[in-house]
Amino acid sequence: MKYYDKLIFELSKEGRIGYSLRKNGWTASTDSIPAGLRRPVPAALPQVSEVDVVRHYTNLSQMNFGVDTGFYPLGSCTMKYNPKINEEIAGMKGFQSLHPLQPASTVQGALQVYYEMDKSLAELTGMAHFTFNPCAGAHGELTGLMIMRQYHLLRGDLKRTKVIVPDSAHGTNPASAAVCGLDVVVVKSNADGLVDVEDLKPLLGDDVAGIMMTNPNTLGLFEKEILEIAELVHGCGGLLYYDGANMNPLLGVARPGDMGFDILHLNLHKSFSTPHGGGGPGSGPVGVCEKLVPYLPVPRVVKTSAGSFAVIGRAGAGKSNAAKNAEGCSESAGEVSGFLGNFLVILRAYAYILMIGKQNVKLLGKLASLNANYVKEILKDSYKLPIPSVCKHEFVFDGLIDDGASKASDGKGATTLDVAKRLLDYGFHAPTIYFPLLFHQALMIEPTETESKETLDDFIDVMKKIAVEAAETPDLLKTAPHNTPISRPDEVRAARHTILKYQDEETNPN
Amino acid sequence: MANFAYFPHTDEDIRQMLERIGVSSLDDLYSDVPETVKHNGDYDLPDAMSEDEVREYFEKLDKKDEKLKVFVGQGAYDHYAPSVVPYITSRSEFLTAYTPYQAEISQGTLRYIFEYQSMICALTGMDVSNASMYDGPTAAAEAVKMAPACTKHKTRVLISETLLPNVIKVIETYAKYHGIELGYIPVMDGHTSPHHMRAELSKGDVAGVVVPSVNRYGIIEDLTGFAEAIHEEGGIFIEYCDPSALAVLRTPGEWGADIAVGDGQSLGIPLSFGGPYVGFMACKNGYVRKMPGRIVGETVDSEGRRCFCLTLQAREQHIRREKATSNICSNESLMALYVTVYLSIMGPQGMKEVNDQSYAASHYLHDELLKTGKFEEVFTQPFLKEFVLKPLIPVEKLQMKLLDGGFFAGLETEEGYVTFCATERRTKAEIDELVKLVKEA
Repeated sequence: MKYYDKLIFELSKEGRIGYSLRKNGWTASTDSIPAGLRRPVPAALPQVSEVDVVRHYTNLSQMNFGVDTGFYPLGSCTMKYNPKINEEIAGMKGFQSLHPLQPASTVQGALQVYYEMDKSLAELTGMAHFTFNPCAGAHGELTGLMIMRQYHLLRGDLKRTKVIVPDSAHGTNPASAAVCGLDVVVVKSNADGLVDVEDLKPLLGDDVAGIMMTNPNTLGLFEKEILEIAELVHGCGGLLYYDGANMNPLLGVARPGDMGFDILHLNLHKSFSTPHGGGGPGSGPVGVCEKLVPYLPVPRVVKTSAGSFAVIGRAGAGKSNAAKNAEGCSESAGEVSGFLGNFLVILRAYAYILMIGKQNVKLLGKLASLNANYVKEILKDSYKLPIPSVCKHEFVFDGLIDDGASKASDGKGATTLDVAKRLLDYGFHAPTIYFPLLFHQALMIEPTETESKETLDDFIDVMKKIAVEAAETPDLLKTAPHNTPISRPDEVRAARHTILKYQDEETNPN
Repeated sequence: MANFAYFPHTDEDIRQMLERIGVSSLDDLYSDVPETVKHNGDYDLPDAMSEDEVREYFEKLDKKDEKLKVFVGQGAYDHYAPSVVPYITSRSEFLTAYTPYQAEISQGTLRYIFEYQSMICALTGMDVSNASMYDGPTAAAEAVKMAPACTKHKTRVLISETLLPNVIKVIETYAKYHGIELGYIPVMDGHTSPHHMRAELSKGDVAGVVVPSVNRYGIIEDLTGFAEAIHEEGGIFIEYCDPSALAVLRTPGEWGADIAVGDGQSLGIPLSFGGPYVGFMACKNGYVRKMPGRIVGETVDSEGRRCFCLTLQAREQHIRREKATSNICSNESLMALYVTVYLSIMGPQGMKEVNDQSYAASHYLHDELLKTGKFEEVFTQPFLKEFVLKPLIPVEKLQMKLLDGGFFAGLETEEGYVTFCATERRTKAEIDELVKLVKEA
């Protein structure tokens, strides 16, 4: 990776073009639109040639780390390998050319993908049916909570406004609950890092809409009292929501539906191998148990009695088709996105599922857990392991055993942040840090099943080496990284002296 | 044991690793999972396929879909995407990267998002853009959620009935569960009725108003006086826009809007049966701290070099949890790259040409369709690339005729009109063929 400092705007030259459009010979133009409705000056977009664009973005790409570059030990994010056949399928011109409002009779292939994905995910999770409309995990959480609320609302059970969230939960859980108009109540973790059932009991009552759980939780620990928790929550009339960010270790082993969960979301960009794209597009399908199926969002893909596929509950359906379109949708939680979700992401995930099949799924979760435990067992001599149990796909250290404070120039030892930054120098991505919030120096590692023993051994060696560096030359860590295109950015300056677009550089110069 | 392309473990690896952990089998790693919830036996899934079989499987599915000449918009537009767009966006350094929290090894992502934000601001005339959202309708719903947070003691949000149907529906869903009361501004002559808006505003409880720039009928709305009327009552003005059209139309900034939202699909993203697309949101400086989603800012590294990082993160869920401005975490980063590369290639001149050709093609189509005598004009206001007509023949018959001829056109609307759209990709020959089919219908 090397430093490259241009912005596309800086390559611009008045009058230069990079496009080529068909000349249709039209004479009319937007100049006929009344002047009051037109913009007086063109937008300040760059004027560059095609080769400028290609070189610029190729140069930018070389300042980026990706799964194809190296290993991501990133907790709760399941950065597994993104198979290339997935990209080939998503890149098929036919799928890419379909308009979302085309009549169902002309998109039977695409609708069949939805239908078969629904069946596959239902089988893998033990749920009845899925919606694919949510575009990401947090969007799925919000959708799931809307379904939860709709269930209570339509039963006339209006008091249920509280949702219970463990203190170890992902930040999106309480945030999604708040967006959904629910009040968040926190349940504590016990000394073993699991939901404290004794702390949970007094929180339960007829004002509880449900509980959101991640299982295994964000410490990578299986909530082994899940059956008792399910009984307690159901007993008070609440529903159980499963945050599928950590579904990977359970694939092929156990199903949330069999544990009593009523609603769940999955992250297709985590457990189902679709690329993260530098922060999206993801896909966050939501599955529900049988009794909640009527509340799934619309539009929905259904199989007709004639054996073909149809879409129901489309927004803005034609006047002559309105009644038929609304059939079976009266209890739906509503529309949560523009159309039927991120189709090309769903295609990729389905290609992955077909490669995995019933044979390979049996080892999927287990190998993820094998990799995590292997790394944990070896590194626990160099990093503090607050909870020593067997983990699933991930685990959390609470900083260095020896942070080298006595040898640091400012007397302060190396932190988890410093370890993370030093890892970048050795060609690895950083782990998730300072999450979960249960520990001060949390460092969360998830290796995923697609990494080999050799890759893990390399990572382990580097982590040990960094622990030694921390103890002996902590300043080396505190100024890391040293071998990356840039060193640590001044984040305080970025927030205080905001430059959020190219044009700000002139009005708000550094 | 493991014998699969995506699992690199040999039997010997597994044996050594289990030994190092101190357990005797993979199942021992799950001893804390109650036996009653374990899934023993086979899953009811297809047999694992080879790559070649997977390809063949999807090719068969693809054959079941009909490839039509698209003459419908309604929020998804068949504009031309230069070959550089898929070429650059499929680079694995962009595609397989994580969210750019580690700025030192994510300058590629951070820089293109900064460029994307700059371009969205240039198109909308706004001060600040976020790093992108899921799609247009959800961006509009997030803007509706911002309105009460940006105003004091105001609770109601007005939405124009000229907004696209799916935008209205998604706003309604978010508003229902978040607890925001909505009011509706009816249509008058194909426009958002200013008269009705003023009447609603005078009630004094309006936090915000959402109005489209180009509406569901394709009409370019004249928003003269809207900003003044809304601001006078202490509300914020939210404009829903097609960003491609903003290359030629008066911008939200020029109309006096406070927040601009919309879908970036029209900027180089394939139709893809509805997704992934990209929502955009841009606002005036004063509202940036209420804005949801990630934002990239410029700064310097410890050696004083220009660099970029995520900023103003105190708004976000991973810091603020239930007090965050939104639950949004993933955005549509890669789709923002589609937009950025597209706009770089097209430039101001290309964007003008896209709009000019779409304008010309759709107006030619409009006039030719009226000449067939099978439709009546509904509205006479200026439109850009999309329009509705009132059919004088049965809609079903018309649609079947067009579909049989390979056209997706004349989609029936809620109001019983039929909607048409023509972009720069539609040729005169295609239009003449479509019109010929209509004459026969």
